[in-house]
Amino acid sequence: MQYNTRLGLILFLIYLLFYCGFVFISAFSPQTMEITPIKGVNLAILYGFGLILAAFVMAMIYGVMCKSDDGETETSSSSDKNDGGDQS
Amino acid sequence: MIYEVSIIAIVVFLIFVGFTLGLSFWLGRKARSSEGYFAAHGQIPWFVNGIAFAGDYLSAASFLGICGMIAFYGYDGFLYSIGFLAGWVVALFVVAEPMKRLGKFTFADALDAKFDSKGIKLAAGISTLAVSVFYLIPQMVGAGVLIQPLLGFPHYVGVLIVGAVVITIVVTAGMVSTTWVQFLKGGLLVIFSAILTVLILSRGFKAGSDFESHDIVKDDPIQKEFQSKGSVLADDGPWKDKVDSSGNKYIRTQDESGEITVWKRDNGQRNHEQAYRQTYLECQLMEKIDGKVFINGLPKGKGEGERTLKPVGHLSKLPDGKEETGPLGLVSFFSTLQESEVVLWAKDDKFVGLKKGDSITIFYPKMAPGSQVLRPGEHPKFKGIRSNKLFDKLNFLSLMLALFCGTASLPHILIRYYTVKDAASARKSTIVGIASIGFFYVLTLYLGLGAMTSGAMDVSSSNMAAPLLAKSIDPTLFAIISAIAFTTVLGTVSGLILASSGAVTHDLAVSVLGMDLDDAAKVKLAKISSVVVGVIAIVLGILFEGMNVGYLVGWAFSVAASANLPALIMLLFWKKTTKQGIIAAVLVGMFSSLAWILLSADTYKSVYGWDPESAIVPFSQPGIVTIPLGFATLVVVSLLTQKNLTEKTVT
Repeated sequence: MQYNTRLGLILFLIYLLFYCGFVFISAFSPQTMEITPIKGVNLAILYGFGLILAAFVMAMIYGVMCKSDDGETETSSSSDKNDGGDQS
Repeated sequence: MIYEVSIIAIVVFLIFVGFTLGLSFWLGRKARSSEGYFAAHGQIPWFVNGIAFAGDYLSAASFLGICGMIAFYGYDGFLYSIGFLAGWVVALFVVAEPMKRLGKFTFADALDAKFDSKGIKLAAGISTLAVSVFYLIPQMVGAGVLIQPLLGFPHYVGVLIVGAVVITIVVTAGMVSTTWVQFLKGGLLVIFSAILTVLILSRGFKAGSDFESHDIVKDDPIQKEFQSKGSVLADDGPWKDKVDSSGNKYIRTQDESGEITVWKRDNGQRNHEQAYRQTYLECQLMEKIDGKVFINGLPKGKGEGERTLKPVGHLSKLPDGKEETGPLGLVSFFSTLQESEVVLWAKDDKFVGLKKGDSITIFYPKMAPGSQVLRPGEHPKFKGIRSNKLFDKLNFLSLMLALFCGTASLPHILIRYYTVKDAASARKSTIVGIASIGFFYVLTLYLGLGAMTSGAMDVSSSNMAAPLLAKSIDPTLFAIISAIAFTTVLGTVSGLILASSGAVTHDLAVSVLGMDLDDAAKVKLAKISSVVVGVIAIVLGILFEGMNVGYLVGWAFSVAASANLPALIMLLFWKKTTKQGIIAAVLVGMFSSLAWILLSADTYKSVYGWDPESAIVPFSQPGIVTIPLGFATLVVVSLLTQKNLTEKTVT
């Protein structure tokens, strides 16, 4: 499997766990979402904002860690060719 | 009075639409070839494409639907925000790059890159059409909703206007202009939502409401207790056996002007210390009789002797008995609301013995502690969270799954991967998209809760919450926000129509029917199909008036995720996938999710007007059943057809 693809899948699985945590706490233990751990703001809001922030942070990590140019890998040489064709 | 036709609003609105159309014509001159029409020559800069992602994605549902749902029920609307954004993680990490490597113009191209099969193109083309049309419905409904207060036209005129403008945009220029319209609108939407949020925070909260409450001594006759409010009407006709959800009778009083006030007994705990007294709260009454609308017993209108619904949305108590908070911070906004008490409005329209076509609706206030408003599970559709029934919980899980899986399978989002030049640009524009969309979704919670406490809500339309919130701050801001929301609809609808016309031209006409079309003929066919899809969207937009647009979008996500995601994922990651497997998965996923929705309690109630109890499927959201079903179908059919292949090669 290509490096970028594997990186994407690993990040996806981490996020999936985080998201499932939110969904399952909401569904099976809604009262947990009502506790106010930080400064009077409840867990539902903190976790929700956390999920949005995490998506952004992980997208940045992915962007930085991906092999920058697709030309380095085998499969994408064909895509470059396609793209070239598209533009002409 | 909530709605007034405002000159500024119309001017700002016309400038927006004019500018959009002008841009569209100007850019349209560049896009003559089919390559340019469908994929903007693959030359859109990645940053512009990223913001255009936001423009495509932040549809009427996000802006109007989510804000409205939060404004009326609290936290629950934000669940959509979370799910919608999480879906981008799937799109970026799993689908973006392989898609870019495989395809050319449409989702079907990508699916079919390995097999070159007519069957796949047919199935994928049909599913693209189905998803796009489903996604179009809420956009058109949103358009009608916006036009109504802005220009004073009825709902159907709004839908017609949007339809006409969008068809013009798409027909003139295709993907280039669509992308720039999306860029513009995505950027404006995020910027103005941020401005609105700052204004909400600097305004802070205020306690108090225009609505009356009336205390009576519990055991005295009602007639005597309500004397000061006019004469008490007898419970005749449909009111004879009418009780509220707690089994108490409504009281109706009528003053000299003929205005009727409905009073509902307060079941809150506020008066427990005075057990011998009972509080009655002022409600709003809307009746439809022989096609005419009456508010509080008088004809609806703005003239003398006429009434309109009063704006709602108040805090009844602030922490420590304060009257006003002054400016709030990003955190203290929530912590203050958490300790306050909010007046939410609900409706009761269950009346028996009415003539067909007539209706009576009572909008009544409900006191809710802030802590309750800020937790999930208060919206009727999310009640499952607090219920002990397994099916109710499954319904919630199902929706969250569909939102998570849906984004990566939406055709109009997928085609945007083809408008940049390479995989690295596709990746970068997705990151820009996630950043701007995520930022916007964080704002939705502030906007929604700000609307809830703005004192400007229309109790009969949750979709109008965000524009009315802007109006409560400043009329010009209202004009701008409405115009942006309208452009939002325009942008998303044009993207969807483009995706559908691409499906018709490439997947159905050229590939399946084998029509031999030159470039000009392809573009012509695409334009004709844009008009047809546009007309279908107009009709559906008129039919579905009155449903929350956020909820409708949830369905589109379910259909997209069930039909497209299994095929897409397996094609990218499972070597044994066969073309029969893909065809079967797309068709089974699409038809099963559509059938499920059509047979669900929500559709029974809101669309057919039948008893929701008699619905065939046990819960309304199909995703949790139909997405795995799509995967299972693909695996089974692929394995079966594989066996045939090997047998053939052996013999």
